[in-house]
Amino acid sequence: MADQSTFAEQVTPFMAPLYSAALRMTRNPADAEDLVQEAMLRAYRGFGGFTDGSNLKAWLYRILTNTFINQYRARQRRPDETELGEDGAEDLYLFRRIGGLEAARASRSAEDELMDLFTDAEVTDALDALPENFRLPVLLADVEGFSYKEIAEILDIPIGTVMSRLHRGRKALQRALYEFAASRGMATTAAEDPAD
Amino acid sequence: MTAHDDPTARSGHDHAPGDPFCADALRDLYLYLDRELGPEEVAAVEAHLHDCSPCFEAYDFEAEFRMVISSKGRAPLPPDVRQRLEQMLTDLGVPDTGNGAGPGGPGSPLG
Repeated sequence: MADQSTFAEQVTPFMAPLYSAALRMTRNPADAEDLVQEAMLRAYRGFGGFTDGSNLKAWLYRILTNTFINQYRARQRRPDETELGEDGAEDLYLFRRIGGLEAARASRSAEDELMDLFTDAEVTDALDALPENFRLPVLLADVEGFSYKEIAEILDIPIGTVMSRLHRGRKALQRALYEFAASRGMATTAAEDPAD
Repeated sequence: MTAHDDPTARSGHDHAPGDPFCADALRDLYLYLDRELGPEEVAAVEAHLHDCSPCFEAYDFEAEFRMVISSKGRAPLPPDVRQRLEQMLTDLGVPDTGNGAGPGGPGSPLG
């Protein structure tokens, strides 16, 4: 049984990642703060039932996700929010289109190139554009580093569903980012000097 | 028919002829990237990546892409929000006095 007097100490390290996840869920800073507060309150009240030494991060994210689903999702639901238009989003979507571009630029490390190609806003916009059923697994896997099993427990869905939604969600994410980059002109990055 | 039937295939992870990204190799690549493979499978994938340039480039790109998402997908916690949340935790500092008979909440442990 976890001791509530240790709650603040144990949960504070997760405050920032929880807020970040809440922001991607609600897509609104005010709602994100409310969501984190509510989740932390619920976690506090339920802390006596948490087994010390087990997976605190996953436990907190489960509470955050449940709170989001129960309290915020209903407000935000849009008619087409559960399906992805997947025409033409094949595996390795981004790699097939710009992987060659990367390899050709020998002057900088490939890692810098890809980091520079997308702004923070484009990444978060692309994530936010995913329907929630796909956004949540991608967030949990790719931003928070949870395993398939942990994601299945957090979202209360089968592991097979996690894998499928991750697969499709990531393809859609790559396609959205490609479209951002393409609309800016893929041939230049911040590093290239336009005066050359 | 897949490369699994080819007697010269290494660990069943080589590609179908003419297709550098056959479904088997891709599936393994994604599982590898997600760290969902066991040690023997990891060794097989890594051996393949060592020998196969197209797969290695795809792997390298996808690994970098995930780093981009993980670093840019994480929003910073604004100082004023942090302050309010910390204040809330401070205000919670007095343990519940309700004789342990709370509403239960989502108390089931995970993991």
